[in-house]
Amino acid sequence: AVVSTQSTGEEHVTSHVTSPLICLEIGSGSGAVTTFIKSLYPGAFCLAVDINPVASRATRETARLNAQDIDVVCSDLGSGLEMLYGKVDLLVFNPPYVVTESTEVSNGGIEASWAGGIDGREVIDRFLPRARKFLAPSGVFYLVGVQENRPEEICTSVPGLIGCIVATRKAGREKLWVIKFTRNKQESNSS
Amino acid sequence: KIKILMMEAVVSTQSTGFNPDFISRMLSRLDWTVFVQSANLLGVGEGLPDMLPEDQDFDDEDVLKKIHHALLEVEVIEGELECPETGRKFPISKGIPDLRLNEDEK
Repeated sequence: AVVSTQSTGEEHVTSHVTSPLICLEIGSGSGAVTTFIKSLYPGAFCLAVDINPVASRATRETARLNAQDIDVVCSDLGSGLEMLYGKVDLLVFNPPYVVTESTEVSNGGIEASWAGGIDGREVIDRFLPRARKFLAPSGVFYLVGVQENRPEEICTSVPGLIGCIVATRKAGREKLWVIKFTRNKQESNSS
Repeated sequence: KIKILMMEAVVSTQSTGFNPDFISRMLSRLDWTVFVQSANLLGVGEGLPDMLPEDQDFDDEDVLKKIHHALLEVEVIEGELECPETGRKFPISKGIPDLRLNEDEK
């Protein structure tokens, strides 16, 4: 999902997101995406989060091998990083989106990288309210998933966030989409 | 939760390019008190003002360089973070803080 949407994503992100200061990736896995983002925005502070400590170490190593300076934290969907609420300019999440049994949704083994439970939505839905909290007032959040996750529904499922599908791509058997979320400007002064 | 660094940290220092624009933009996003506290714990707090001046155009280059150093060039490789409210400690290993909670803490 990451690699196939990356080329579509790059033109879109760089044309819509100008000089983010703080970038946060949830579920960094190998570290490819955050390393790539840092290469696009060398002036940004880039933080990569993963629940799996093996992935966190891989992320750090990928960045190092590509001479990119990023920070890495091992955390469950960014919990413990509440000091970043309202401060993230660019937020990205390539979630575990595969439709599986609920019981397969993992809290840190390798299955955490793909097992999404019912409709592939269990981890996505747990993160969406936090996405709204992390975003700076003009921040943007990019989420990837597959058709089975019902993206049209995801676009409007979070109070305070407006989402729209900005890219779709077929990769093997997966029909991928990318949703871009921004904060709803009409909400009251809750930050 | 505001985290305070513990002593006994293994720290690595690496010089990186000084970008005053980035530092100025970051200042408004930092919790300055926590930043200075952490910098002091790591021994790189000397020269940092107790409070930031009110005006947005902060451009004292000496201080910006000290901020740059504490913020970007010093990293804890092995150590601990402590939550001041609960006393719960979170390890830092190989430069990666582990903020995961145990099942019974959630």
